Amino acid sequence: MELALTGITKQFPGVLANDNVNLRVAEGEIVALLGENGAGKTTLMNILYGLYHPTAGTVEIDGKPVQFQSPGDAIDAGIGMVHQHFMLVPVFTVAENVILGDEPTKRLGVINRAKARDAVTEISRRYNLDVDPDATIEDLPVGIQQRVEIIKVLERQARFVVFDEPTSVLTPTEVDGFFEIVQSLKADGKGIIFISHKLGEALEIADRIVIMRRGKTVAEVLPKDIDEAGLAELMVGRPVDLVVDKAPADPKDVVLAVENLTVLDDRNRRSVDGVSFQVRSGEIVGIAGVQGNGQTELVEALTGLRTPLGGRVRLKGEDMTTASPRAMHQANVAHVPEDRQKSGLVLPFTVTENIILNSYYEEPLSRGVIMDWDEARDRATRLVEEYDVRTPGIDVPVSNLSGGNQQKVIVAREFDRDVALVIASQPTRGIDVGSIEYIHSRIVEERDLGAAVLIVSSELEEVMALSDRVLVMYAGKIAGEFDASASTTEVGLAMLGSADEAEEAS
Amino acid sequence: MAVTTSPEIVEKVRATPEERRATAIGIVLVAIAAFVLWVFALGVDSSFVSTFNLSLPGDPDLTWVVSSQVLSFVVAATIAFIGGWVLRRTHVKWTNLGLAIALSLFALAFLTWAAADKSFSLVGMLRSTVILSVPVTLGALSGLMCERVAIINIAIEGQLLTAAFVGTVAGSAWGIWAGLIGAMLTGAILGFVLAVLSIRYRIDQIIAGVVINIFALGLTSFLARRILSVTPELNSPGRFSTHKVPLLGDIPVLGSMFFNHNMFVYGTYILVIVLHFGLFYTRWGLRSRAVGEHPKAADTVGIDVYRTRYRNVMYGGLIAGFGGAFLTLAQVSRFEENLTAGVGYIGLAAMIFGRWMPFGALGAGLVFGFALTLQQKLGILGTPIPSEFLSMTPYLVTIIVVAGVVGRSRPPAADGQPYIKD
Repeated sequence: MELALTGITKQFPGVLANDNVNLRVAEGEIVALLGENGAGKTTLMNILYGLYHPTAGTVEIDGKPVQFQSPGDAIDAGIGMVHQHFMLVPVFTVAENVILGDEPTKRLGVINRAKARDAVTEISRRYNLDVDPDATIEDLPVGIQQRVEIIKVLERQARFVVFDEPTSVLTPTEVDGFFEIVQSLKADGKGIIFISHKLGEALEIADRIVIMRRGKTVAEVLPKDIDEAGLAELMVGRPVDLVVDKAPADPKDVVLAVENLTVLDDRNRRSVDGVSFQVRSGEIVGIAGVQGNGQTELVEALTGLRTPLGGRVRLKGEDMTTASPRAMHQANVAHVPEDRQKSGLVLPFTVTENIILNSYYEEPLSRGVIMDWDEARDRATRLVEEYDVRTPGIDVPVSNLSGGNQQKVIVAREFDRDVALVIASQPTRGIDVGSIEYIHSRIVEERDLGAAVLIVSSELEEVMALSDRVLVMYAGKIAGEFDASASTTEVGLAMLGSADEAEEAS
Repeated sequence: MAVTTSPEIVEKVRATPEERRATAIGIVLVAIAAFVLWVFALGVDSSFVSTFNLSLPGDPDLTWVVSSQVLSFVVAATIAFIGGWVLRRTHVKWTNLGLAIALSLFALAFLTWAAADKSFSLVGMLRSTVILSVPVTLGALSGLMCERVAIINIAIEGQLLTAAFVGTVAGSAWGIWAGLIGAMLTGAILGFVLAVLSIRYRIDQIIAGVVINIFALGLTSFLARRILSVTPELNSPGRFSTHKVPLLGDIPVLGSMFFNHNMFVYGTYILVIVLHFGLFYTRWGLRSRAVGEHPKAADTVGIDVYRTRYRNVMYGGLIAGFGGAFLTLAQVSRFEENLTAGVGYIGLAAMIFGRWMPFGALGAGLVFGFALTLQQKLGILGTPIPSEFLSMTPYLVTIIVVAGVVGRSRPPAADGQPYIKD
C-alpha cells in the first residue's frame, strides 16, 4: 500500500512552482516534507488534494494511477488533509463540521444528529482526542480545532493524511500532544505526510525526510543520518546562521508604559484584560504566546488602531491611550503590522508610494496640496539601496515583490527616522531565511541606537532569540515574565497558562 | 514589574458599544414617554373614549371601549419606566425586549389617540397588517435564501415587479394558476441572471442587482404602457379567493387576523416553517450555510460551491416570484407601473431585521406590514397628521431598523464575496 507522486510539475503564469517533484509514502510511515516558504510544498499538496491539476506527472495509489478533479475525488481515494488554515465553519458545532459533505441522513435529507454525534464521540475515544461533539468551533482553542480537523479526516476513512504546517499554531505542550496523535495514527496504519519548516520537529517525528527547494526535491534523508544544521543547509542551499548576534542590552529610561490596559475585540470580548508592562530604551521585549491570546488587539491598541476599553498607555510619560495612528507615528513610533499584505502595504501601489505612505503629507514630500514626486522617488531610491530591497525598480507595484522584500519595504518606511519605539508584530512570518537574518539585525540595530523595541511573535524561537526580556501572553493576560536566559520549555509552559496546564496536558 | 492578574478596578476610557446603545435607547424611550404624555394624553379631551372593533363584519360583535386619556397616561408611565430601566444598564442583554414592548405600547397609544371619540376596526387593521406583510416577508425569505449562500440579492424589487407583470398577463390569458406559475418562473429566471452575473462574471453583487431592478422597472413600465393600456383584457387576471381555516379561523381576533386569507398568506406561513426546517435540520441547509459562512471549507469537503449558489439563488427567485404573483393575483388584481414601490427593498430590510432567520423574516414582515397599514388606514380616520407623513411611515421604519435600532447582527461570514477557486 503506497501513495506515490512521480515527476509532478506545476507551471503557473511566470512561476514554475513544482519542477519534477517525487514523493512517496507507505502506509504506517511518517514522511516529513521540509522546505522554506515558497519552496512549493503547498502547491504539491494542493495537487495531491485535487485543488490544482498538475502540468505533468502522475499520482499513483497502490501502483494505480489516479486523477483528482476535485477534493471530493481525493477524499474518495482515501486522502485526507489537515490544512494550515483550518477548514472549519466557525459558527457550526464540531459534529456539523465533521459530517459536512458526508452527512448521515434520515428520510428527506434530514440530518441524523445522533449518528453524527456518535461518530465524533467514537473517533474521539479511539484516538484519545477528547473533543465535545456539541461545542461550537469558534469557542474552541486552536489545538482542539486541529483535532476536529483530524476527526474530519478520519471520519472519511482516510488512509493517507497530509498535515500542512500543523504545529505553527500550537504551544510546545500542544505539539507534544499532537505528536502522540500522529504516532497513534501511524500505529493504526495510516500513511502520513508532515509538511513543515521546523527542523527539530521533522527530526523528531519523521521516518524519512524529503527536502524541497525552489520547486524541486533536492534531497531525501533519514533522521539518524543528519542534524538541524545539515537540514537547514539543504533547505536554504547555503550554510545558515541560526543564532541572532547581539550584545547584552543596556536599558535606560522607560519609553512605553502600559498600565492595566483592557481592550475589546470585534466580538466585544475582553481579549486584552488588565495588562501592564514597560519597555525601556535600549531593550527588546518580546511577547510570546499562542496566536489569538490578545496579541493582535494589544498591538492595535498600542498603535492607535483600536480604542482601549480601559487602562493607560504612556509614551515617555505622555498619555497616548486614545491617540490616533498618526499621532503615534508623529511620536516616532515605528509599527511593523502582523499582516503585511492586509495592513502593512497597499499592494497595487508602487514601492515609492508605499515608502511614503506614512509621511506623504509632511514637508518636503508635499508642499500645501502639491506632492513632490521627485523627492519621493529620491527617498525610495535611497531606502531601497539602504535596506537591500530586491526589486526590479521603485515604480513597480509592491505586490510583485517577494514576501521578504515586501517586509523590507515596510521596515524601511518605518525605521527611516529617529525611532523612539518599535512595535513589530510577526516581523518575519512567511519570509525567507536571508530576509529573516536581515530584519533581525535591523531590529537589534534600532535597539542599539537607543530605541525601545516590542516584538510580538507566535514563533517562540524567534522571541527567545531576539528578546532581552520575554513576556508571555495567555487569555488576554500576562502569564509570566522571563529573561533571555530562560529555557524554551519554561516559556512554553507559561504559554499554556499555568492554571490550565494540568487539564491541557491530559 | 507588575504582572496584573487580579481584577483591579479598570479605569474606563469608554463604555462598551452595547452600553452606549442602551443609553441612547433609554434616552429615546424617555423622550417617547414625554411625547405620549404631552400629545396623546394631554392633547385629548378627558371625556373622549376610543372604541376598538375586534370583530369582522358578519362575526359575533366584540368591541373594546377605553378612555383615550387614561390609556395614554398608563402607556406613558410604562414607557418611562422601561426607559429608566434601560438607562440603568443593569441588564444590557434585554435592551431589545424593552424596546420592543415600549414601541408596541407606543403604537397602541397612537391608535387610541387617532381613534379618540371615534370607532375604529382594530381587527381590520391587524388583518391588513398580515396581508401587507406577505410581500415583505416573501422578499425577506428570497433575500435570506440567497444571502445564506453569500449572494446579496438586491434584485428582489425587480423580481417582484417583473413577476407581478407576468402574473397579470399570463393570469389574464390562461387563468390565475398559469399566472402564478409564470410569475414564479420569471422570478427564477431573474435569479439566474443575478447568479450568472455575480458567480460566473463576479460583477459586484449590489451593482448587478441594481441593474436588474432598473431593467425591470423600465421594461414593465414600457410594456404596461404599450400593451396593457391598449388591451386592458390582459390586465384583469382575477384573484385567488379567501378561505377561512376551519377551527383556527373561529378564534376571536387571532382567527380573523391570521386564518381568514387567500392561499398566498398560508403559503407564506408554510414557507417560513419549511425554510426554517430546511436550513437547520437538513443536509441541504447545512451545506448551504457552510457555503455562505466558509465556502473554501465547503469546497475542501467536496461540496460544489458554485452549484449550491446557483441553485439557492434560483430558489430565492421562485420565492420572490411567488411574492410578485401575490401583488397582482391576490392583492389588487391588476398591474400598474412601479406597483411594488420599494416593497422589495423593505423586504431586504426585513431580512436584516429578522437576522437572516425565516421566523425573524416573518416577524419583521409583520412590523413593516403594520407600518404599511398605518399609511393606508389612518387617512380614513382623519387624523391631523398630513397624509404625506403617513406615507413615509414604512420607509421611516426601514431607515430606523437598518440604521441599527436592532443592534448588530451577524450576516453570513462570506456574504457578498465571490468565491474564487484557485
